[in-house]
Amino acid sequence: MSVLVSEKTKLLVQGATGREGTFHTEQMIEYGTKVVGGVTPGKGGSIHIGVPVFNTVSEAARATGANASVIFVPPPFAADAILEAVEAALPLVICITEGVPVLDMVRVAAVLAGSGTRLIGPNCPGIISPGQCKIGIMPGRIHKQGHVGVVSRSGTLTYEAVDQLTRLGIGQSTCIGIGGDPIIGTSFLDAIRLFHEDADTRAIILIGEIGGNAEQQAAEYIRAHVKKPVVGFIAGQTAPPGRRMGHAGAIISGGSGTAKEKYEAMSAAGIHCVQSPADIGKTLAAAIGK
Amino acid sequence: MKIHEYQAKEILRRFGVPTPRGEMVTTPEAARAAAERLGTKIVVVKSQIHAGGRGKGGGVKLAKSPAEAGEIAAKMLGMTLITPQTGPAGRVVKRLLIEEGLDIKRELYLSVLVDRAVAAPVLMASTAGGVEIEEVAHTNPGAILRETVRPAAGFQAYQARKIAFGLGLPAECVGGAVTFLQSLYRAFIETDASLCEINPLVLTGEGELVALDAKMNFDDNALYRHKDLAELRDFDEEEPLEVEASKFKLNYIKLDGTVGCMVNGAGLAMATMDIIKLAGGSPANFLDVGGGASAEQVKNAFKILISDPSVRGVYINIFGGILRCDILATGVVAAARELNIKVPIVIRMEGTNVEQGKEILSTSGFNFSIASDMNDGAHKIVALASAAAGTKR
Repeated sequence: MSVLVSEKTKLLVQGATGREGTFHTEQMIEYGTKVVGGVTPGKGGSIHIGVPVFNTVSEAARATGANASVIFVPPPFAADAILEAVEAALPLVICITEGVPVLDMVRVAAVLAGSGTRLIGPNCPGIISPGQCKIGIMPGRIHKQGHVGVVSRSGTLTYEAVDQLTRLGIGQSTCIGIGGDPIIGTSFLDAIRLFHEDADTRAIILIGEIGGNAEQQAAEYIRAHVKKPVVGFIAGQTAPPGRRMGHAGAIISGGSGTAKEKYEAMSAAGIHCVQSPADIGKTLAAAIGK
Repeated sequence: MKIHEYQAKEILRRFGVPTPRGEMVTTPEAARAAAERLGTKIVVVKSQIHAGGRGKGGGVKLAKSPAEAGEIAAKMLGMTLITPQTGPAGRVVKRLLIEEGLDIKRELYLSVLVDRAVAAPVLMASTAGGVEIEEVAHTNPGAILRETVRPAAGFQAYQARKIAFGLGLPAECVGGAVTFLQSLYRAFIETDASLCEINPLVLTGEGELVALDAKMNFDDNALYRHKDLAELRDFDEEEPLEVEASKFKLNYIKLDGTVGCMVNGAGLAMATMDIIKLAGGSPANFLDVGGGASAEQVKNAFKILISDPSVRGVYINIFGGILRCDILATGVVAAARELNIKVPIVIRMEGTNVEQGKEILSTSGFNFSIASDMNDGAHKIVALASAAAGTKR
């Protein structure tokens, strides 16, 4: 069991023939993900690294029965790619692209709200249900199948946490990188709700960072509903206010969005708070009595 | 990206937002001449730096004659202006805006930004003009009017009217206010702004609304489609090392500690700063070399780090994943050799071929310390950096 992606996932790759798209498509296939098609306008009808290529997402979805799509197109074309996947009624779209303009995402978010599509990202590493399906750019080999759900705004920091778990012999049900941008398709709250409802997920790791209040919203939901143990870490305890720390969404503005206020909200929700990023794995192990 | 007030006002005027008449000058003579041309009894001399709170720091003054405008300009140009937002180092004033004085009846607050929680633009207004909105939000949150825009429909006239009436503007001014607000919203959307703030917005004796001050920030991700705006970037207002780093597409932010950090990924880079602090040290910077961390980027990053004189040691924390550690290690050794790096270096790396990578580092002849994990590395570099702090580089 897992959330959102499993061995039943049939994936399209938008931007499959580009450099990034090609490399990561190969990696995903090697991991065992069922990549059923690629989409590159103008290259329809060809076969690229063993995958049939289509001109449009609709055509690809019809021909292959795909139920998910991952996007590797450059930032100026990312909003268009997401909207094309929404139009094709794909239930799940993962946008890896970093650098999508905020106002493009405002338009995308408005369309998503009235659709049956869930977006993960943009500016994210993707999603993986270890042993079943890997969609995105994360290294497959550090993951291990198991029962911990991981949700994070970061890429490499998530790998760090997952690596700690795996070294302790603790596997993961699904790891979701929700992305570092201010406007994203799937929030912490959405991901936590999915893990809460998934019988196979027995504990949760939440890795947040400065900026916005998505962690506080998730903490409020956890306080009210979640009985599974949750471990939380917030990156940017030492970040200066008013500066954007790499991620477009990681900024303390007007004294709000600090690590301190996020820790307070998590603490009040009964989340096991971790101050050091090196202690995420062992804190989870202690929380589940392992 | 930030721009100056005079540039923001030029942009707003293009969209039909009324601003005071004024000119940007860089010499006292030009200030005097600009004041002559404006011809008003009072002119305002405003220092142009990328930070707020200028009035409090003595960066905004009134002049009663062109001669006085010239005298004030002579004092202001070249001075280091310290405001609550510049930090203790302050900023050197290089440009001034000379503006007509207005007959001000009321001061209000107005801004447009994207509310990340609802993923839509929002207009905010309050009757507390000249006060920072964060302060109003803290002391009297009920006094802030908010209108969220539906992205598909755009900003509607009824929403503008709600703001105008909410601000208590006289009925005869509401029509003008609607035009003002719609023009401001259009300027925000069409320039891909991330913030458009008018503080204060003033109501003049003639019943007109004028943007007395203006601040515009733009979405860096959208600058590719606004070449004209990208050219407004003022490198003098930025930390020189950050400008240098941006040429290499490195995400670098200078901080005031002694441990230089080189990390791949923004979240891990922040977490690395945090763990250095927990280990008793202080980070000299935030630096994200990108997910891939190529040998070339590692070399560029080294150049930036060692040109900061307060750096006493460098902590390289790379979680490679797909990245090959042998290639990374070769890059680190080559960069250390080419740049003749003397400060202690601690390396923590994970990824494919990590053993070969460690072998390359330990046989390189350089004094690299190899960390077993993130925590071990943080403690090692903090110890080495504080030992090095006592000796000369």
